[in-house]
Amino acid sequence: MAGDYVTIVIAAMLVNNLVLVQFLGICPFLGVSSRLSTAIGMSAAVMFVMTIAGIATYLIRQFLLMPLELQFLQTVAFILVIASLVQLVEIVMKKVSPPLHQALGVFLPLITTNCAIMGVALLIVQHQYDLAQTILFAIASAIGFTIALVAFAGIRERLALMPVPKAMRGGPIALVTAGLLALAFMGFQGLA
Amino acid sequence: MAKMESTFANMVLVLTAIALISALLLGFTHLQTAERIAENRAARQRAALEVVLPEFDNDPMEEAYEIESIERLLFHPATFEDEPIGLAIRTYSRQAYGGELQLMVGFSPDGIITGVQVLQHSETPGLGDAITRDRFLKQFRDIDPREFDLRASVDNGDIDTITAATISTRAVADAIRRAVDAFEKVEGAQ
Amino acid sequence: MADGLSFKNEITKGLFRENPVFAMLLGMCPVLGVTSTAINGIGMGVASSAVLLSSNVVVALIRDLIPEKVRIPAYIVVIASFVTVVDLTMAAYLPELHESLGLFIPLIVVNCLILGRAEAFASRNILASSVIDAVTMGVGFTVALAMLGAVREVLGSGSLFGLAFVHEDATTMLLFIMPPGAFIALGFLIAGVNTGVRKARAVAAAARARAVSAEPAAEGVR
Repeated sequence: MAGDYVTIVIAAMLVNNLVLVQFLGICPFLGVSSRLSTAIGMSAAVMFVMTIAGIATYLIRQFLLMPLELQFLQTVAFILVIASLVQLVEIVMKKVSPPLHQALGVFLPLITTNCAIMGVALLIVQHQYDLAQTILFAIASAIGFTIALVAFAGIRERLALMPVPKAMRGGPIALVTAGLLALAFMGFQGLA
Repeated sequence: MAKMESTFANMVLVLTAIALISALLLGFTHLQTAERIAENRAARQRAALEVVLPEFDNDPMEEAYEIESIERLLFHPATFEDEPIGLAIRTYSRQAYGGELQLMVGFSPDGIITGVQVLQHSETPGLGDAITRDRFLKQFRDIDPREFDLRASVDNGDIDTITAATISTRAVADAIRRAVDAFEKVEGAQ
Repeated sequence: MADGLSFKNEITKGLFRENPVFAMLLGMCPVLGVTSTAINGIGMGVASSAVLLSSNVVVALIRDLIPEKVRIPAYIVVIASFVTVVDLTMAAYLPELHESLGLFIPLIVVNCLILGRAEAFASRNILASSVIDAVTMGVGFTVALAMLGAVREVLGSGSLFGLAFVHEDATTMLLFIMPPGAFIALGFLIAGVNTGVRKARAVAAAARARAVSAEPAAEGVR
């Protein structure tokens, strides 16, 4: 059983990396990766929300949608839970820890439309995880997101100093770089 | 038209109305499509049964049964003129690349695998979805699991591994092994 | 004249100048995730466009009824409902396409393109222009997905729209079906399209400059 948990963590973090293999959370990946500091802030906010959202959507599905046989409302229910959670987290954070709110506040509204959060909630359903596996999977996925985002931001900071052909500037070179990073992550295939 | 004020009552009212309308719309769509979705699934299973089993004249879908000690597998017995001619087992693997993989595996009464079909998968189009092609699945036609090593060739087994889809191949192997184990348990008990 | 111009303006906006994929890098998750074949790309593009069109219509119709502070949750419910309708309808009538698009159908709900257009366009414009906006943006999105899907399918599987033009055992560039290939192919595709658009614009500008110098009275048409 412990082996199962290790497999889930390794798979979610590296082998099936959220961004580079599953293509979830590409918008923040491309959007906030030009500076390392913002990338770290975004990652922290995602980790926080992803874990809570994973648990909340799991509970909603298990104790509300499944007993009532309303699985077809899943998409609507999940997005509303995520959107409300983001608001709630923002309000609570403002009250409890203003410094943390100052650091992560600007990233929170962006998270609602971060497909990584919704994607993880849906993947949990697809993999039929139990509560413990859900928590582990959400945290490990968020760590995987962080690894990809921070590594990418580090590369882009250096890339900004390089002479890039005119046609490739901006989006294109960022995508090709992400492609090479994804290629490197393919080395993890077969680990789990 | 003037813009609605952001008073508490207004907000509650508007959101409730929107939620109600959307719930009605979805409930209606669900009722319209649910039957058809279930039919699609049943049709696919029926088609798979016809491929993996020899000709039968009963209804293996109707007569399907579960066994308490073997979780989540479904057994479809097939008969021809009341003679048992085979058993199809709906099996699964969670080791696939994307989500759960579901297979239908057919057995003859003496334990030979008569065929394998994919019922449900979420493998990458163009890569892992090669497991659904006949080119890959035909290697499971009429093989004896007691002689055929049901592991991928990359793991020193007898299953031809699909290039660049090792994980999907392994998942198929895992699901078939699960069916073979279950078949032995069922037949051993009788 | 002004109306004709702005209509043409709208169309080139969605297809080229503000193409959601090539120019604005919006809605990238499905763009990369489902484009390993051209058919999947088109399927995803059409499904997203259907949601975009329906939600733009509804948002434009009810924009004055929604209090400012709850507009985002209201839009989200509208979009999520249409996504579910599309999801269920595809499961019922196009089960195979539905299966290969998988997770990315419910994820249309968080496609930044759709909420973005609802918030930035439909909530501020009348019905007719919201419809045009949704259609042009949807077509632009679908064309981009189809192009990327075609490039990846040709290079990676040696086929187009499922029709193989190489031998079954031929070695194709599998990389382009795998995740890294998606990023790399899209990078070069965007570079190519943007260069093309820039060149076309330069040619048009040069032609205009010539026309203006030859006939100063045409000034003002731009």
